[in-house]
Amino acid sequence: MKFSDEFESRFAEMLTHYPTKRSALVPTLLYAQDEIGHLSDEVIAELARRVDLTELEVRNVISYYSMLTTKPRGKYNVQVCTNIACMLRGGEELLDHCKKKLDVGHKGTTGDGMFTLEEVECIGACSWAPAVQVNYDFHENLTTDKLDKVLDEYKKKGTQ
Amino acid sequence: MAARINNQEINNQQFQMASLVSHPDEVKVVSRRFGQGATDIDRYLALDGYKAVQKALSMKPDDIITQVKESGLRGRGGAGFNAGLKWSFVPKQSAKPKYILCNGDESEPGTCKDRLIFEHDPHSVIEGVMIAGIAVGSHTGYIYIRGEYRYLSVIMQKAIRDAYAKGFLGKNIFGSGYDFDVYWHGGAGAYEVGEESALMESLEGKRGIPRIRPPFPAVVGLWGGPTVINNAETLASVPHIILGGADWYAKLGTPKNGGTRLFCLSGHLVKPGVYELPMGYNLKKMIYEVGGGIPNGRALKAVVPGGSSTPVLTVDEIDIPMDFDSVGKAGSMLGSGGVVVLDDTTCIVKFALRTMKFYRHESCGWCIPCREGTDWLEKTLTRFHNGGGLKKDIDNIQYLAENMLGRTFCPLGDAAAMPTIAFVKKFRKEFEDHLEGRPCPFEKAGAELAAV
Ligand SMILES: Cc1cc2nc3c(=O)[nH]c(=O)nc-3n(C[C@H](O)[C@H](O)[C@H](O)COP(=O)(O)O)c2cc1C
Ligand code: SF4
Ligand code: FES
Repeated sequence: MKFSDEFESRFAEMLTHYPTKRSALVPTLLYAQDEIGHLSDEVIAELARRVDLTELEVRNVISYYSMLTTKPRGKYNVQVCTNIACMLRGGEELLDHCKKKLDVGHKGTTGDGMFTLEEVECIGACSWAPAVQVNYDFHENLTTDKLDKVLDEYKKKGTQ
Repeated sequence: MAARINNQEINNQQFQMASLVSHPDEVKVVSRRFGQGATDIDRYLALDGYKAVQKALSMKPDDIITQVKESGLRGRGGAGFNAGLKWSFVPKQSAKPKYILCNGDESEPGTCKDRLIFEHDPHSVIEGVMIAGIAVGSHTGYIYIRGEYRYLSVIMQKAIRDAYAKGFLGKNIFGSGYDFDVYWHGGAGAYEVGEESALMESLEGKRGIPRIRPPFPAVVGLWGGPTVINNAETLASVPHIILGGADWYAKLGTPKNGGTRLFCLSGHLVKPGVYELPMGYNLKKMIYEVGGGIPNGRALKAVVPGGSSTPVLTVDEIDIPMDFDSVGKAGSMLGSGGVVVLDDTTCIVKFALRTMKFYRHESCGWCIPCREGTDWLEKTLTRFHNGGGLKKDIDNIQYLAENMLGRTFCPLGDAAAMPTIAFVKKFRKEFEDHLEGRPCPFEKAGAELAAV
């Protein structure tokens, strides 16, 4: 199991921040997922070993957090907020638009592996609603036209 | 196929910042340094940065607590508890280390203010954490930032590194003999983790299931040590109080509600945005003047004044000062500062349903009234909105929500029940309009066709 040097130095440093090893678990899982794409059996076994937990204990933590996934996702995870502030300004229309455009449902991945679509709860962009997060990037004050452009850009970037 | 995210790429990218707004009625305290480049530590120093913590080091810890108490600073995370009073509950002597935990989990729908603080003024949070630490005799602080805010954790990690490099953190800070460490911590998506005891569980590397209280965190918190938990905006306000004085800060607001707060205006408004206004600012004025009123020539129908868990206010109930006590008196809560405005095209049943869907999704499942109640309410509201409602359902919705109140281990059950009760009580007619197969009167004709 090989992680990047950046991951390794961050992990080593984090362990020194807490009185218990497992305290580093949640942020570490997310960084591991970002590198590998999802929390595979191998990643889980490796991280469990490093923080002195059983794999089951680690899986229990993973299943609690909505950003963590044990299944592969597309290159770009398109997270459409439909919570109240976004709903009032067209969040549901954006979600429907994405479903049609990408031809997938909630948590579905396009055939080319480019996009996964996800309906998410409030992402902290309520005053700039409706908002969509693609991986970690925020896209705000969207319309379906603007979102089309955003997705096209990602597609271009992803096929380069 | 795999979604490889290169951390280096994130570190190097130019962040697309959330847009800032302004209004002449704003009183900028916490937002003073927004847009001023204060993420840079030298710039922060030029803007009076790290002066307050040096002043705090020269004060008696009890005097710091007294200042914060008298400033009338109340928790900006939702419950509005006096911050100084909370700090005073931490025992002086403790066999276990004491901790300061900054709550930057920000996930109450309607709330997007801590994000701006982390984005524009991360050092003010660090400084607030340090001052809280000095006040209660703690030597370690954690700043917990929700996982979705990755770019903000990059900013915060850099700010912390820079503060260490200058010797402001670590051993013997500012030559005072006092040691203080601050660490960053990240979440991975969970609203419930914002609840203080679940937050501690999450930081300890566990599922975010709340703890039974008492004991309260001020006595038994992180790894068993006394812990002060405050919202990011609360802590970012502290340095300003120490420098400007309790009196000055208290007078910005209303009695027992000191200072200003960041109001996140969203929904059907001409100028949504995050505005810093004095405590007690009139809600009606906030909507019509600061927020620019309702767009498209529509009329106001209702306002959710403090994030999704706060009971809705009708048009007749909005001529009130926005402070904790006044909004409480009006039957709702100031909450987390998320003011969500609904115009007259909004279906309240649908709004109630979306609110409930959120709480059902976020319930950790530990207590039955919350787990089953949110599920049953979401199902009933879904059926209702689809035209399958029965008259007796309306009373049942209210009855069930009322019976969730106060019967759960953490306030999430209440957070789901309170708005629901208000929707049914104040907008009963809209529920009645959905009965017996009648389609939702607010759905657009096109949407109806699509649904057939
Ligand atoms: C379900 C739930 C979610 C919460 N989410 C947050 C949150 O995201 N941020 C926050 O600061 N407080 C949140 N709170 C409030 C915290 O429990 C706690 O009261 C607060 O962080 C204390 O800080 P304060 O006194 O400065 O407001 C939440 C409470 C509950 C019950
Ligand atoms: S009220 Fe809900 S979220 Fe809180 S402990 Fe009970 S089940 Fe969990
Ligand atoms: S409701 Fe969509 S970002 Fe808050």
